[in-house]
Amino acid sequence: MIEFRSVSKTFADGTTAVRDFSLVLPSRTTTVFVGSSGCGKTTLLRMVNRLVEPSSGQVLIDDVDVATRNPVELRRSIGYVMQHAGLLPHRRVVDNVAVPLRLAGVGRSEATSRALAALETVGLDPALARRYPRQLSGGQQQRVGVARGLVADPNILLMDEPFGAVDPIVRDDLQQELLRLQRELDKTIVFVTHDIDEAFLLGDQVVILRRGGEVAQVGTPAEILADPADDFVRTFVGLDKARRTLHVEERAGARIVVDGDGRPAGVLGPA
Amino acid sequence: MSWLDANLGRIGDLALTHLWLSVLPVVLGLLVAVPVGWWAQRHPRLGGVLLGSGSILYTLPSLPLLTIIPVILGTSILDPLNVVVVLSLYAVALLLRTAADAFAQLPREVVDAADATGHSTWQRALRVELPLAGPVLLAGVRVVSVSTVSLVTVGALIGVSNLGSLFTEGFQRNYTFEIVTGLVAVVLLALLLDGLWVLLGRLLLPWARTERSAA
Repeated sequence: MIEFRSVSKTFADGTTAVRDFSLVLPSRTTTVFVGSSGCGKTTLLRMVNRLVEPSSGQVLIDDVDVATRNPVELRRSIGYVMQHAGLLPHRRVVDNVAVPLRLAGVGRSEATSRALAALETVGLDPALARRYPRQLSGGQQQRVGVARGLVADPNILLMDEPFGAVDPIVRDDLQQELLRLQRELDKTIVFVTHDIDEAFLLGDQVVILRRGGEVAQVGTPAEILADPADDFVRTFVGLDKARRTLHVEERAGARIVVDGDGRPAGVLGPA
Repeated sequence: MSWLDANLGRIGDLALTHLWLSVLPVVLGLLVAVPVGWWAQRHPRLGGVLLGSGSILYTLPSLPLLTIIPVILGTSILDPLNVVVVLSLYAVALLLRTAADAFAQLPREVVDAADATGHSTWQRALRVELPLAGPVLLAGVRVVSVSTVSLVTVGALIGVSNLGSLFTEGFQRNYTFEIVTGLVAVVLLALLLDGLWVLLGRLLLPWARTERSAA
């Protein structure tokens, strides 16, 4: 369980990224922070492994304040997947994945075999293991990034817009892969995105943020869609848009789901 | 040609002396400049002062330095050590800026990834920053290596034997062929050393040469 207790962050240049933020992130669930740029979502994420220190308030993991833990040790116990993968260009793919294990003192051969297994878990061709990151496509690099985040089998996985820089088809693939992995691995995932569809797809709990790290609404995707807290949330999740306002029409004997513009969005299956 | 035949052995000896008088300062300069440059780039205010003084150091003319250094070190004026010390100072002066730039231009997201995966400061410096600064450092070393090979010749003026001695002798005896021989030998030595640095770079930085290929 991760808990934010009235956390605020003001940077040296005077900008306030987060103001009095409190939230509990239950274990073995996915919590998604979603909001436009400047809403403090990445700042919140980076406080969990002390890449950013809060100006006030506390972040606790299983009731232990992270501020009391050695930051290097803490980061080794938490998986981190970042935008643009953040791979080390001078290490081969398999060695990149093995980095967290090697830092934790695991021997070279064991680290390599566990890294190869992690690459298999994320569905990457083992033939790519000996390549350098720049020889891979963006989507492949991102898979390597996920493998690195998972290799040490951490309880917590932090994901900072991991699929933001890949094309839509690859993103779709990676999202489905993450859902499959989460069913198997049961991690506590904190996921940051600016894409509300991604948030609703992946999140058990979705946190919609406004500028300054202010919470607009917290809930399951269904709760937010059913009862948006205010006009900001209504607009942000797109409830004012035709594609979110669906109704059913009978056509040629089938029940078709149609959006607000009258465009068919799909069929209504058996309940 | 008979002069060349008769002096081939001596030219070889001079070239060997010239080689170590050139390599030693570059290696020493690198050993000093890399950690100091790394530190300077992390502490911009004091680091800036340091880099500035490095540049001033390089403006000092070599001949006077070669006569002052023995007084400071208490060495004999003919001691090759003086040449090594002076050229090491120049190498540090040049490489300090290169090293600071090499560390400063590292991609922000890679350094960030190193932190996020749990590298300590030392692990990050040695396993991530140093290898990634490698290509820029190598480029700097190649420039310094060539300029050091040519600067070693100045040592001949104060009596430290090296290929430059062929210039001084050639001038004294008014024998152009000896001067030209010295000149060619110095150029060849500089090219040879440059080739060795490039080779070392390929061995140590294999990743820097990989082409992006469709996977």
